[in-house]
Amino acid sequence: MILTIAHDTVYRYDQPMRGVVQSQRLTPARFDGQRVIDWVVEVRGDDGAQIVQGGGFRDGAGDWVQGCTVVGPVREVVVSVRGMVETTNLSGVLRGHRERIRPEVYLTCTPATAADSGLRDLAQDATVGIGGALDRAHALAGAIRKAIVYRPGVTEAHTTAAEALALGEGVCQDHANAMVGAAISLGMPARYVSGYLQATEDGAPHEAAHAWAEVWVPDLGWVGFDASNGVCPDDHYVRQGSGRDAREAAPIRGIARGPGREEMDVKVAVEVAQQ
Amino acid sequence: MTGQAFFNEMYESGRVRGPYRQLEDWMGDMPAELRSLKQAEAEELFRRIGITFAVYGEGGDPERLMPFDMFPRVFAQDEWRRLERGVIQRAKALNAFLADVYARGEIVRAGLVPRDLVYRNEAYEAAMVGFTPPRGVFSHIVGVDLVRTGPDEFFVLEDNCRTPSGVSYMLENREIMMRLFPGLFRENRIAPVDSYSEELRRTLASVAPPKCERDPTIVILTPGAYNSAYYEHSFLADLMGVELVEGQDLFVEGEYVWMRTTEGPQRVDVIYRRIDDAFIDPLCFRPDSMLGVPGLMDVYRSGGVTICSAPGAGVADDKAIYCFVPEMVRFYLGEEPILQNVPTWQCGTAEDLKYVLAHLPELVVKEVHGSGGYGMLVGPKATREQVESFRVRIEESPGNYIAQPTLSLSTCPTFVDEGVAPRHVDLRPYCLVGERVTLVPGGLTRVAMKEGSLVVNSSQGGGVKDTWVLSE
Repeated sequence: MILTIAHDTVYRYDQPMRGVVQSQRLTPARFDGQRVIDWVVEVRGDDGAQIVQGGGFRDGAGDWVQGCTVVGPVREVVVSVRGMVETTNLSGVLRGHRERIRPEVYLTCTPATAADSGLRDLAQDATVGIGGALDRAHALAGAIRKAIVYRPGVTEAHTTAAEALALGEGVCQDHANAMVGAAISLGMPARYVSGYLQATEDGAPHEAAHAWAEVWVPDLGWVGFDASNGVCPDDHYVRQGSGRDAREAAPIRGIARGPGREEMDVKVAVEVAQQ
Repeated sequence: MTGQAFFNEMYESGRVRGPYRQLEDWMGDMPAELRSLKQAEAEELFRRIGITFAVYGEGGDPERLMPFDMFPRVFAQDEWRRLERGVIQRAKALNAFLADVYARGEIVRAGLVPRDLVYRNEAYEAAMVGFTPPRGVFSHIVGVDLVRTGPDEFFVLEDNCRTPSGVSYMLENREIMMRLFPGLFRENRIAPVDSYSEELRRTLASVAPPKCERDPTIVILTPGAYNSAYYEHSFLADLMGVELVEGQDLFVEGEYVWMRTTEGPQRVDVIYRRIDDAFIDPLCFRPDSMLGVPGLMDVYRSGGVTICSAPGAGVADDKAIYCFVPEMVRFYLGEEPILQNVPTWQCGTAEDLKYVLAHLPELVVKEVHGSGGYGMLVGPKATREQVESFRVRIEESPGNYIAQPTLSLSTCPTFVDEGVAPRHVDLRPYCLVGERVTLVPGGLTRVAMKEGSLVVNSSQGGGVKDTWVLSE
């Protein structure tokens, strides 16, 4: 399947800022399930702002990281991504992905993914009597989908997995954080993945900027689990970067210098260009 | 190694050992009045230059002076040569280990170091995986804490691969001794230590990043004036003739890091940082940190700046990894370790834990991630209550503790109220790793000022001495 992606992130400041520094993970991952046909990331500022491209490099997780700075005064920054990717359904298996971080490193939680007793119990109950990492991960994803009902607007960027579970509602970020924490509590390396989803049928468009989890399955390697939709990522998905939680895997990590308050607006459209 | 037969570095079977020969007369000739005069002068000098060591968690004056003992600690040339080879060997092996565990992890694959101890270590930085810092060096200043138990017996207590402090004491102690007793330095051929700052500058310059094609600009990054080692940060910056900066003085623009100066931004090539990993860059590590520089890690990893020591260097110096350093020496260098490790029990393993709990009153127990002598039990010196309360802590999280036999630390003559008496000492030399691996002939000798005490940490009432290496 060939997907076209349009992804705009707009930062607005109520007062001119002195500058902005960003660390971007906005390029699709390189693995057998996807091939980039065309990909452009463009950063624009308002008049007076000067964009200075930073260094780029591939990190140990296999992600392309690109630094970018904006020299102020700046009141608005637009990060605009346009691209076309050919995807293949590998049933979630991250085949042919080159990375150097050992899976054991992903046995360490962050505050956002750390399992409390609720999440640990859920993980235990969901996998009781189930052998094999793959089946256990499937069972986990199912249990999380049930325990955290999809509902936008109730959680926010800083909500932890444990909090979302207690609330019983959340969005894809919460599902992914919870999946990571639950898997780790069972001794399975797991991580958070950010990317895009071409929503099928009447899928919610805001979930086009999507997130899911990957669990390490011996013999298969990393396998994606999208607890929000109860599936493994297929050719409707485009994988970008990974990290131990939502913050680490964020497509853009940034900081603005100055007195102003920031407002962020994200628009993503993923469309099928060709079946 | 246990027992009460301490090795006295000055007297052996009633006779003065070679390196201390000159000091016997010096000590004998010094009238009590002169001694107190000199002691007062030394204190005045320390106070004037402002060298203090803040002490955490003890109350009182955090800016109090570190006790300075005027009686030097002396090594003969041949004694030092062996130590030097041992420390350099260790610094090389530790760096080889770091380069390995952030690349293919051969030592783990070979089954010599447990996987989890490395990859699940708190100090392991995923952000460093696959990145090779200039010259492959991760830890540019390695402080190796040594104790001596006999004429030829030295043991490594711990390694410090992050940003070991205390080198300013090595330099200031010498400076002050030379002012107080210029005659001593005429009568004895004492190897100078003042080349340290130039060696440090050269070491840092030698690891300039790939994108630097000029004489590199070096800075020292400090968390600020409230840090206990701030004096040292400014002292070293002065000696090297480089800027001392805080995070807010630096910023990232494009592919480089810049320093704000009165003449406009100046590019920075090498950052000797004296802040912890977690605070280096809020975009990569702790997002709430105001001490670091946003975007610094991206510049570093794309070759625009060098950070010394590399983030994640701490995985080589934790007390659990310590046990494997002799193995690292064999694995990476194909040599036998010159310096020995202290036998160590890992409370995280059932067998060791059983032994430790059964022998607590005779062991030294330390926290794996602790430092500065806090969270430490010295069995033979502890009360019954202290031992029992430690037992509870160990049982609660055994993996957090290691135990070692109580070492018979050597003693060195020390000025005390009653005259001169032996006190226990240790030694921290500072090995520099860049294009070359070098060790200035000297180090920081810490002395437990309390009679019988084996804890030399400044936070626990330890003092310092000038450390001499005699040249032939």
